[in-house]
Formats: sequence, structure tokens, C-alpha cells
Amino acid sequence: MEVFGLLASGFAESLSLLNITVILVGVTAGLFIGAMPGLGSVNGVAILLPITFLVPPASAIIFLGALYYGAMNGGAISSILLGIPGASTAVATTFDGRPMAQKGEAGFALIAAAVASFVGGTISVILFTLFAAPLADVALAFGPAEEFALVLLAFTTFVGLGGDDIWKTIVMIALGLVLSTIGLDLISGQPRLIFFDNPGLYSGVNFLVLAIGVYGIGEILWTLEQNRKGETTLTTPNITFAEIAAGMRKLVATAKTMMSGSFLGFFVGMLPAAGATPASLMAYGIARSGSKRPETFGKGNVEGVVAPECANNAASTGSLLPMLTLGIPGSPTTALLLGGMVMWGLTPGPMLFIEEPGFVWGLISSLYTANIFALLVNLALIPLFVYALRTPFTVLCAIVFVLCIIGGYAPNQKMFDVWMIAGFGVAGYLLRKADYPLAPLVLALVLGPLMEKSLRQALISAQGDPMTFLERPISATFVAIAALLFLAPAVKSLLRRRRAVAAPAE
Amino acid sequence: MRLAELLISAALMALSVFFMAYAVELPIGWEPGAGPGGGAFPFWLGLIMLIASAVVFVRELSNAHHVWRRYSGVDEAGNPRPAGHAPGDESDDPFIEPSAVRDILIASGALFATIAAMPIVGTYVAVPLFLIAYLRFFAGHGWLLTGLIALITPIVMFFFFEVTLKILLPKGATEPLFIPLYAIFF
Repeated sequence: MEVFGLLASGFAESLSLLNITVILVGVTAGLFIGAMPGLGSVNGVAILLPITFLVPPASAIIFLGALYYGAMNGGAISSILLGIPGASTAVATTFDGRPMAQKGEAGFALIAAAVASFVGGTISVILFTLFAAPLADVALAFGPAEEFALVLLAFTTFVGLGGDDIWKTIVMIALGLVLSTIGLDLISGQPRLIFFDNPGLYSGVNFLVLAIGVYGIGEILWTLEQNRKGETTLTTPNITFAEIAAGMRKLVATAKTMMSGSFLGFFVGMLPAAGATPASLMAYGIARSGSKRPETFGKGNVEGVVAPECANNAASTGSLLPMLTLGIPGSPTTALLLGGMVMWGLTPGPMLFIEEPGFVWGLISSLYTANIFALLVNLALIPLFVYALRTPFTVLCAIVFVLCIIGGYAPNQKMFDVWMIAGFGVAGYLLRKADYPLAPLVLALVLGPLMEKSLRQALISAQGDPMTFLERPISATFVAIAALLFLAPAVKSLLRRRRAVAAPAE
Repeated sequence: MRLAELLISAALMALSVFFMAYAVELPIGWEPGAGPGGGAFPFWLGLIMLIASAVVFVRELSNAHHVWRRYSGVDEAGNPRPAGHAPGDESDDPFIEPSAVRDILIASGALFATIAAMPIVGTYVAVPLFLIAYLRFFAGHGWLLTGLIALITPIVMFFFFEVTLKILLPKGATEPLFIPLYAIFF
């Protein structure tokens, strides 16, 4: 098969000394960030993206990919040892991970989480490898009309499947898209939305500025408040080689849960509005309902740790698939990866597979390596993580603030960007407090230019006829699904109301 | 909680009007044969944002009416409520945990002050000052920990950004002090 040849050449690329170092550092940094309560993969990628200027673009993306995996694995550590999810993606891991720790099985729970993350990651990378090239081939036929319809579809998944307040979701999508139009008009080159004639706005609002603001500053302010609620106790695990070996043997029994969690995670992860958190919750639910002893769940059943940990790692790979092949990110973290790639001149999408095969397959093969490293580093450094979890939050907060300020200044060397970061940070915190979802905002800012460009290009080439979106079969299909998703909440509430009216009459 | 929600949705409405006012500087209509003009995308999306945030505002307003009724001691039908009837839903929670308000104000205040100070006194004065103020006086950590972090952070920053990446951070008044360092490392 052709795929194996491409993958082999990818390994030749990603196994250079520089890239191995980058993967190792990325995974380790990710594990620590994931383990810190409050900080997850998206925060890690947002805060650390500016420091990746140190290495060439391909290695920078490999670093961020490794960081993504590491953070997914690391989230389980504080879920188990503190009972606080290290990241939202590890919420489901607390359900059984914490009871296991309280029963004195913290070590086994950590081993189970690490192994499950590895299995979930690896199964999903294999799926990724098989799907990537065919999907990119299909996408090669996409013109501007299909691109526009696809972006539209990505946004409607937030409305139809997102689970947040629909009107607030629409506000956030529109806000992100309007922010993306600041600067120069893509087609005519005229300046627009230059508020108060501020020269800093001519280059537009960089996605990184919004991401660092919302996921760096905003997240810290959010955690500052959350951390005040109640004391927590840290369970200290003891892990020996004998325990690891015994744990691995016991985990063989969970193979079925691991498989279903991984497949589920991968496919749920591909949807922009779903991602790792719902995937892990769904996997947990399926593991419980499929279990012979569902009553043991929530009381320290290892399957309850394995299922969500497989799913959240698989979802992180799943969300990379549409990002790399179609240019549509499947999660906020991959939206930031996409922004980073565009910044470095590597525009994701089908053309990337033709123009930069070395980069694409290098990145894919690096995910295999990152999974292995994540497992090894995770198990080897558990004592260090226990120590790191004792770090007072105020120290973390101060260091993240400094990283945000300096990291926000570095890309363009403008103080204006740093002010915007602070502004977005406070605004993002307040919006989050009022239940406005932030993921669609970030995704809209990243996808805005593509959406507008493809819309206007499609219309120009169709002499201004909007029917072009419905006359092309692929684009029409996307538009139809988008329309269904957009109407889904309205239909659902209508049905509920009718049922509510009908019920008392019976 | 309700007041904050109302203020936020009102602010978003104002923001969308502001966007639209700027968007009309470019053609927002349909250009024959070419589709929408340069201002169309921000204008119409601004309008969608205005409508959606207006829906949120009105919805909150009608809820606020219920809450007012509840606090005023009458129920929806206008009948007096039994005394001590506590409204139980989460909308009565404060918008920000009262005990955390001070922390959040201090943290964001320190952040803004640090950013404002950077171009004047330089990054290498502003950042250590922020770290000392925050870690020692706000968080109450010991001088040893505070001193170590306040000392190591700028050194790492200097070698990472200035020496390795050749990105010069703002120095403000401290610029002359760095000339000998530049001579060594560049």
C-alpha cells in the first residue's frame, strides 16, 4: 500500500535528532500543563506557541502536536491524585479515577490512564493514517463554493450539536467572524474596521492575540476563582516496576472498552463542536451501560478510567484529521495549530498533501512517536508530577501571566498586541462567566478569512449568482446538512413544547 | 447575576452597532456580477450579532422581571408570597464569587500595570516588579521563592528571546544598560 511508503518516509523525517528532542520536550511540557488543574492542551498550545519560533516551522508543529498529546495524557494525573480534572477533557476520569485513588489504587489508576491514553492515541493515529490521504483526495475537488459550505457546516455543528445556549453561540460566531474582517479587505485591499484610526489594526486581529488572551489570561482569572472553592487533598501514589507489570496484565481485560472508547473518540473528535470532553463523557457512559456490573462505576472501576482516557486522546487525533485534510479544525486546539501553520506558510488542506508531503507525513509519523514517549515519560515522571501538583497556584498564575505578556509581544513586537491580549483576557473571562462559549469565537476568528474569501470568490466566478452553492452537488450536500443542524434546536424545542402541551391533556 | 448578564448582552449589542457603523464605510450591498462588497461580511454579521445578543438581552430582561417579583414578595400571579420563601435557582448566585472578586481585580490590575510600565521602565524592570508584588505581597510567599523566581525569569527571558530568537523586548529607560550586554551577545 502506498500509505506505508509515505509513512516510512515520514518517519525518516520525524526521527531526526531535532524532531525527537522536540517531541520529547513537547510531550513532557504537555504532561505538566495537562496535570496542572485549570490548564489543558488548548491553554498550553496558546501560551507556548510563541516560543516555538525557536525551531523550523515543521518541527514547531510537531512540538505542538506532541504537546497536545502530552496534555491529554496529563489531564488524568490531577483527576486521579487531586480529584480535580487537570483539564476539562479529563472530567470523566475523575468519576472513577478519584475513588480508585481513595481506595489506595492511585498507582494502578495512573497506569491505567497512561496505557489507555497510549492505546487511544495509537488506534486513532492508525485510523488517521488510513483516512488522511483518501479524504485529502476527495477534498482536492473542492472549489470555493465547497469550501464556503464546509465552513458553514463547521459553524452549524456548534448550533446543532454544541449544547450551549444557541443565541449566545451565534453571538460568539458572529463576533469572531467580524473580528476576523478587521484590517484589509481580502478582495479589494481597502482598509476596513480600523477603529479610531488605530494603525495597530491594519494587520488585523491575530488569532494568537485572542487565543493567548482567552486561554491564557482568561483561563487564569477563571481558575483563580474556581480554586477558592474548597480544600483538596493530594494522594501520593507509589509505583514500582512490578506494579506496572501487574497493572498491564490486569488491563488486558479492558481491551473491549479501550477499543470502543478509541473508535468513539476518534469520530466524535472530528466534529468541531464536540471534541475530547463530550467524547470522553460518552465513552464513559457507554462503558458503564455495556458493563456487566454497572453499579461498580463511580466507585473505582478501572474501566471508568480507561474509557474516557482512550476517548480523549483519540478525539485529539480525530480533531486533527479535518484540520489537516480540509483546513477545518475539529477543536479549539487544532484551530490554534491551524492558525500557527498559516502563520508559517503551511496552509492546511488537500494541497498540503501534494505540496508538502514531507511535512504532512513527518507530522503524522511524529504522532506515533509522541504516543510512545507520552506513555514512557508519564510513567517515569509520576513522582515529579506529584511534586508539581504541590506548586501553589499563585506561582503558576504569575508565570503564565509573564509568558502571556512576553509571548504576545514576541510575534509582531507591538505593545498594542499585548494590550489587546489583556483586554481579550478580561472580556473572555466575563463572557465565560455569563455562559458564552469561547470555542466558536476562536474558531470563527481563525476560519473567518477563509469563509469570506471562499464566499466571495465563489460568487465572483459564478457572476454573482448565489445558486452556485446549491447547484454543485458536494456544496449542496454540505449546505443541506448545515441547514438541518441549524434548524435542529428549533425543531427539538418545538417537539418538546408540543409534547408538554399534549401530556396534561391525556 | 442577572444584572451582569444584562450588562454583557447590552455591551455586545453596542459592540455590534459599533462594528456596523464602521462596516458601512465600504460597500455593504450586492455588487452586480460580483456578489457582496467589502463591507458586507462585517456589516451583515454585525447585524446577526446584534439580533442574537438582543434576544439574549430580552430573554434576561423577562427573567429579571420574575426575579424582581420574587424578591418583591409577590408571585407571578401577583399574590403575596409566604415570608422567607427563598428563591432557589442558580440565577440568584452572584456573578463572581464575592471572595474571589478582590483576587481577580488585583490580578488583572497588576497585569495592566505591568503592561503599562513595560515601554517606560522596560520589560526587565516591570516583570520582576510584577513578580515580587504578586508573589510576595499578594500571595504571601517567602522572599527566597519570590527572589528566585523574580531573578531567574528575566534571565531566561533575555537568553531565550533576545539572544536566541533575536527578538528585542521593550527596554524603555533601561535601554542604555543593555548596550554592553548587546556587545557581548550579538
